[in-house]
Amino acid sequence: MTIIKKLWLGIVVLIILTPLGLILPHYFHTQDAWGEWDPDQLKNMIGYIPQGIARLADIWKAPLPDYNFKGGGNMDMPHQCMAYVISAIIGIALISGLVFFLGKVWSRNND
Amino acid sequence: MHIPDGYLSPATCLIGAAVMLPIWAISSKKVKETLKAREVPYLAVGSAFSFVIMMVNIPIPGGSTGHGVGGVLLAVLLGPWAACIAVCVALVIQALLFGDGGITCLGINCLNMAFILPFAGYYIYRLISAKSPPKSNRRWIAAAIGAYAGICMAALCAGIELGVQALLYHKPDGQALYCPYGLSVSIPAMFGSHVMVFGWVDFVMAGMIVKFLQKQDSFLIKEEKSA
Repeated sequence: MTIIKKLWLGIVVLIILTPLGLILPHYFHTQDAWGEWDPDQLKNMIGYIPQGIARLADIWKAPLPDYNFKGGGNMDMPHQCMAYVISAIIGIALISGLVFFLGKVWSRNND
Repeated sequence: MHIPDGYLSPATCLIGAAVMLPIWAISSKKVKETLKAREVPYLAVGSAFSFVIMMVNIPIPGGSTGHGVGGVLLAVLLGPWAACIAVCVALVIQALLFGDGGITCLGINCLNMAFILPFAGYYIYRLISAKSPPKSNRRWIAAAIGAYAGICMAALCAGIELGVQALLYHKPDGQALYCPYGLSVSIPAMFGSHVMVFGWVDFVMAGMIVKFLQKQDSFLIKEEKSA
């Protein structure tokens, strides 16, 4: 097996492990990442929603918010994990595809 | 470390974008000059690694969650400018597709995780690895320490950027307009959590992968990438 294939195998292992990024924080009842709270969550913490956050928080509607299907926040954990893994695969395909393309174009005259 | 929309003032976001514009221009120029065709598949898998490691959230029981970034590893193997491009692409897709990190603060998030992180880590790696042989233990140890230092530095910057908002922008009644917590809270929260927990993810991953590539006798280890 070539080194690059072994590295991709490592990525596959990490994709399989990504649901831990949902399950562990849920299990330990941890809060979201610091400074990444929803406006409502912030209101619970400090009693109000800062004006700028109220105005800008929803400026962009992501198609797969928080690596989940739209409105998937109420789904049970197995379904959320499935959405998380699918998000990981879509993200990796897009990002590595884009970087591969850019790299191919930019490295044309080198070697 | 993905700052969402609304936590930074428009002025802060503009500064971030203004700083990143020339960095993007220089990165693409440098990569055009130095990236070799056989390195391209590694840059692609490296960008995938950075994206997926950012999805593995590590909890601090009773506290917050966080993750590694992997940018220093890419900088060690493929050079910091190529690492900058790879992590920026990951951050753009995260913001656009998954709403992870704001659209308005994309410049600042790229500055922290795609510029400060790989460059700080890369120079620390170079400093520690010095002229040691490519297959020496000193190399993977230097990569691990560089990776740890790079992510901690980026977290410190994010903490400062978030913390100054409360200082600069508030209504007459004292209500914050953007991130409501000041530096005395934001720096321990951001910097402290990465020093204590999340930084070690990048430490372990960078050390392990560089050691793996040493064992595989990869050309990535033998050739010194300059900045």
